Amino acid sequence: MNWLTDNKIPLGAWMENFVDWLVSAASGFFDLISIVLETMIVSMVDTIESVHPLIVIGIVLLGVWFLHRSIGLLIFITAALLFIINMGYWVETIQTLVLVVSATAISVLIGVPIGIAAAHRPWLYTILRPILDLMQTIPTFVYLIPTLILFGLGYVPGLISTIIFAIAAPIRLTYLGVSKVPNELLEAGLAFGCTKSKLLYKVELPAAMPNIMAGVTQCIMLSLSMVVIAALVGADGLGKPVVRALNTVNISQGFEAGIAIVLVAIMLDRICKSPSAKSEG
Amino acid sequence: MAVVTIENVDIVFGDNKAQTLPLMDKGHSRDQIIGMTGDVVGVQNASIEVNEGEICVLMGLSGSGKSTLLRAINGLNKIARGRCLVRDGDNMVDMAKCDEATLRHMRTHRVSMVFQSFALMPWLTVLENVAFGLEMQGMPKTERFIKAREQLKMVSLDQWADKKPDELSGGMRQRVGLARAFAMDTDVLLMDEPFSALDPLIRTQLQDELIELQKRLNKTIIFVSHDLDEALKIGTKIAIMESAKIIQEDTPEQIVLNPATEYVENFVAHTNPLNVLRGNSLMTPLSELAVQDSKVVMENGMWLELSDGKLTSIQNLEGEVPTVSWTPNMVLDNIPDNAIFIVPANIAMRDAVEIRYYSKHFMVLEENEKCVGILNDHNFYHALLGKHFGRDTEAA
Repeated sequence: MNWLTDNKIPLGAWMENFVDWLVSAASGFFDLISIVLETMIVSMVDTIESVHPLIVIGIVLLGVWFLHRSIGLLIFITAALLFIINMGYWVETIQTLVLVVSATAISVLIGVPIGIAAAHRPWLYTILRPILDLMQTIPTFVYLIPTLILFGLGYVPGLISTIIFAIAAPIRLTYLGVSKVPNELLEAGLAFGCTKSKLLYKVELPAAMPNIMAGVTQCIMLSLSMVVIAALVGADGLGKPVVRALNTVNISQGFEAGIAIVLVAIMLDRICKSPSAKSEG
Repeated sequence: MAVVTIENVDIVFGDNKAQTLPLMDKGHSRDQIIGMTGDVVGVQNASIEVNEGEICVLMGLSGSGKSTLLRAINGLNKIARGRCLVRDGDNMVDMAKCDEATLRHMRTHRVSMVFQSFALMPWLTVLENVAFGLEMQGMPKTERFIKAREQLKMVSLDQWADKKPDELSGGMRQRVGLARAFAMDTDVLLMDEPFSALDPLIRTQLQDELIELQKRLNKTIIFVSHDLDEALKIGTKIAIMESAKIIQEDTPEQIVLNPATEYVENFVAHTNPLNVLRGNSLMTPLSELAVQDSKVVMENGMWLELSDGKLTSIQNLEGEVPTVSWTPNMVLDNIPDNAIFIVPANIAMRDAVEIRYYSKHFMVLEENEKCVGILNDHNFYHALLGKHFGRDTEAA
């Protein structure tokens, strides 16, 4: 037993060396990613902030009406956004939304192609599955430290951590959707002369669309659940006041920011859900 | 002229083809081979030739390999051995060995397919579904929608063009499937149990529609079915398959009259002969009747007067009995019921039974202006009881 504890496997040291090596070998590369993403997010936040909040609400309502045509949803969104302005969290809400939307967009752009590739190659999914499990279960704080070292303080480490946590959803659901396309539809596609790419765009993706949309919705919700953790590494947004409230034991601030997060979550959920349910029918 | 030629085709599912094929040649059965190599023999040594305008029905129970063989014709199933040729202009293309581009050309311009479970894309409208194959042909959007609309009109679904498939009934969905296949203007149509998922009335209706369409379009159709009545109704040629092999290939009437094996005989015993059998296979031939000095004496006091094999009159003790020469589509209502019908020898059994319903008597069959036999109630009962086959063994 002593032998076992005396000869400790240097797992932690290996990881540290690996991160050190990454920093020394590719710091320029990570700096570049960091600058590009940071500039993108900051400029988006600035653009939206520069517009009067009521105009932003108007645009959101127009979009929601176009998607859902539901008066009830419009009333709820108006009330929720006005309440957020009233609480004084408008800017933080914008920052959070931009972070969530960026994280989702990047996750979908990377995750959907990986999901498709995995559906076409069973061996790839065998490799991917444990990696996805690891990414979803490993405590977020563990990879928060290396991302912080690699990308510096700000939105970017929060964004990257969010993507690591949320990307499994679009990969898994795209894989599920594409691999369970009914065989007869594939046969029909081939029998009428589809090429491989036509088969993907005209048969497999449309057939898998309800699942892919469910993956996107899940991805948004998972991203939102990361706002408080992203705030720990310096990402602005609704997470910041929560963290600050925790540090200063400020009950009122904690509740106000918490309620704002809940409202954003409900709004995003209601906006996302219905279109995917519709395309299933 | 042959449009589709299948030559000694073997289809094997599995990864041990190199071991499986020699075992097949040694005559091991399908079940033995699964145990030995894990491979499943889909089709074994199938050969069949389908000519232009023919409807060839591949017939068998599920698992007999009929759908597997059908899918080899458009390359959905890979062939382990043998050739599967489909005509393309003046050439015959081997679907098993051609390259991707040729295969796609054959699928978009020569062979189209109708599926048992319809296989319509649920996210496309009916019109877009019909235009799906045309899109793959590379036809521009407006043109293909015009053409798709014409096809929908042909199957009388033009009112439903903008609906989604799940808003249609099963019969309507399969009509969309037919329209999608016909829209391609291919010479060859593959139909994989297209009507099996429909209820009996709709099935009969679509079979009739298919026969009507075929009269106009004259396609070469290969049709898979597990229902012998359906096969006999629409097929001009039937190939019966049992555990991966074709065991009999013949015209519908020959299948019913001369089943090759007990397996086929069991199938035939449960079919309705009315649509299949013809007078000359039902009749009592002249040679079995009592002929005396060119008189044929019937049991009920009548006799036929023949001269040189030709019927001159029918007599009974009171004098001559009126006769009527039957022609197809003749109106039978006004004909006196004591008349005796003279019918062509190849008359369909259904027509003969119809005539018997109006007339009191037997009928006389003629071929090339010569009397060849008579058809009476005994002949009908014989066929209806399924005793028409194995006649050779009975006589012996």
